[in-house]
Amino acid sequence: MIKNFDTRAVLLFAAMFAALATVGFAQSWPLALAIVNLCLISAIMSLGVNIQWGYAGLFNVGVMGFAALGGVAGVLVSVPPVTEAWQAGGSGIGVSLMLAIGTIIVVILAARHVPPGNTRRLVLAAIIVAGIFLIRAFFDPAVELIEAVEPAKTGYLGGLGLPIVLSWVVGGILAAGVAWIIGKIALGLRSDYLAIATLGISEIIVAMLKNEDWLTRGVKNVSGLPRPVPYEVNLQQSIWFQDWAETLGVGVVEFSSIYVKLCYAGLFTIVLLIVLWLSQRSLNSPWGRMMRAIRDNEVAASAMGKNITGRHLQVFILGSAVVGIAGAMLTTLDGQFTPASYQPLRFTFIIWVMVIVGGSGNNWGAVLGGFVIWFCWIEAEPVGLWLMDVLTSGMDEGNGLRKHLLNSAAHMRLMTMGFILLLVLRFSPRGLIPEK
Amino acid sequence: MDGPLNSFLLLSNFVLVPGMAYGSQLAIGALGVTLVYGILRFSNFAHGDTMAFGTMAVILVTWLLQSWGVSISPLPTALLALPFGIIATIALLLLTDRWVYRFFRREKAAPVVFLIASVGVMFVMNGLVRFIIGPNDQRFADGERFIIKAREFKRLTGMSEGVTFKTSQGLTILTAVIVVAALFWFLNRTRAGKSMRAYSDNEDLALLSGINPERVVMITWILAAALATIAGTLYGLDKSFKPFTYFQLLLPIFASAIVGGLGNPLGAIAGGFIIAFSEVTVTYAYKKFLAYNLPPDWAPESLMQLLSTDYKFAVSFVILVLVLLIRPTGIFKGKAT
Repeated sequence: MIKNFDTRAVLLFAAMFAALATVGFAQSWPLALAIVNLCLISAIMSLGVNIQWGYAGLFNVGVMGFAALGGVAGVLVSVPPVTEAWQAGGSGIGVSLMLAIGTIIVVILAARHVPPGNTRRLVLAAIIVAGIFLIRAFFDPAVELIEAVEPAKTGYLGGLGLPIVLSWVVGGILAAGVAWIIGKIALGLRSDYLAIATLGISEIIVAMLKNEDWLTRGVKNVSGLPRPVPYEVNLQQSIWFQDWAETLGVGVVEFSSIYVKLCYAGLFTIVLLIVLWLSQRSLNSPWGRMMRAIRDNEVAASAMGKNITGRHLQVFILGSAVVGIAGAMLTTLDGQFTPASYQPLRFTFIIWVMVIVGGSGNNWGAVLGGFVIWFCWIEAEPVGLWLMDVLTSGMDEGNGLRKHLLNSAAHMRLMTMGFILLLVLRFSPRGLIPEK
Repeated sequence: MDGPLNSFLLLSNFVLVPGMAYGSQLAIGALGVTLVYGILRFSNFAHGDTMAFGTMAVILVTWLLQSWGVSISPLPTALLALPFGIIATIALLLLTDRWVYRFFRREKAAPVVFLIASVGVMFVMNGLVRFIIGPNDQRFADGERFIIKAREFKRLTGMSEGVTFKTSQGLTILTAVIVVAALFWFLNRTRAGKSMRAYSDNEDLALLSGINPERVVMITWILAAALATIAGTLYGLDKSFKPFTYFQLLLPIFASAIVGGLGNPLGAIAGGFIIAFSEVTVTYAYKKFLAYNLPPDWAPESLMQLLSTDYKFAVSFVILVLVLLIRPTGIFKGKAT
């Protein structure tokens, strides 16, 4: 890894950390560390997109969906199971799950044995419709029972009650599974179709997470997820921590916040380094060279006997899994799962800006892009507010236009992102750290 | 004996009329996407936000007109403001083309570069709209709200089911017919329209016959701006205006365009209605409909809804996937393979 370093990349990373340090000195260290933590997660997501786009040229705009799948893994793994809900509706859900599997098997069998033509279409449609009604006969009452169990506190099945760090793996697997299904359908079609298909599936995933209350509590959110790191309150009360804070000459409350954020940052850095190391290894392996060969000339690669669709499916699954891991990490950091917070601009398109700005095809570029763009995204708001304040300083305090401009400053960040993307695309299309 | 007739009226009220209106809105939106795809050869991700921008311009002019006391009641004032909104959107799209897309055209960049550029444009337009009018719901419909109210319908016909026909729905369907007729007249009868079709069919041949590509592109953006503004305004009148909803319309609009065959205007219209009617029929609760048609003791207790309305995206998506699997070029043969 090290021998690939060039001075440009080192300088850019140094500048990035200097900017973060400036935030630490000028605003506050907890804030700077909060930005760092999200930068780390963004960097992992952008590595995932880079695997798909940079290695293989796959245009996936369903990043939000995979991140949300990772997020739901956080809930399903870490929350203790709600026994009452399981007793009330667990069997119903189980039966409907079996029925769903049964329907799929019958459909496959029917598709094999009935000769093709209109009869087959009718038979398949009839089986599917009958299956849906049969499943819902068990499913709907079970859901009603589950959601009736203390709706204000639970009203869902809960999870497995395992350590939340496990969910990072589970999130990756979940995202990979869904990516396999989408990839089977949409890969092999032209890039525009993959884009629309992934956009659609991500909207559907988020709609499901919002509405299937029995599984995720829906828009009622799941908060208070267990943490992999100590709680601030406990730290503040323990003697050793107070002593430590005193020796360092920092307030106990501020130090506890910094300490917790540093713990998260440590965990995230480990994951980032593992993913980055694996990405670098695979990119520089024969497999990586093959992927780039396919990306640059599919016809030629196909003539050399490479299975284009198969490789695409592989890389699509890998990239989505990485995004899923990052999604689970985000839920872990937030300590809560809020389906309504998944917005395509925040979770899909901004990740794309990170990859393009950082340098598509270059893993270090993707990481840098994750840092730079997240930093700009966070800092665009105060800077926008300041800018509006300066611009309107000549105006009267109660002026309607001034009020409107100050209130709307928050939307500056969207425009900033757009301008950054367009400028990079035009003047430096290979990004900050170009591919070698 | 009134059962079947009443059930038909019920379906008209909740499926047929809303489906027609929504289908018209999608069709006009998909026409814009498909035209841009046919000429510039990329999927324009900024189309939803172009619609939002156009509608916003219309809303602002509507408010101005309302404050002057101008009104064309019973029709909504927005119709009067529509031309101004179209002009503003045309200006915006032509500027975007000049500042963003023209550079990539000269570079002969790959379609996916255009697509990414359109994502950048989407961000800027989205920010612009939220910056000017804010992210919240805006209602701007005025004038007479209904052509027929359910109660009047019941009184006139003596049926127990009424049909409501909103002005916005009537306007939408009427406008769609006019817009589509005008567009096809333009594409088939005028010199500019023919040059557009020629360029879309075979770029090299069109260039050889002396067609000016920049002019064709300019006309395309003008048409796209007009279609986006009209579709956006009609949708806003029918439901309400919210920037994020317009962004989300991207999915059904793309689904319509692809289902019909990208680059094929006729396909875009058919696709719009297919998507709209599937969405409405699948998410409609058939309880009352069945109660009218079945013997009383067979009447279902549940809502008999195939899919909750929250999953309407899933409908566009499933149709899209089915068409892509069975007939990847769309129902009417489109350009993409």
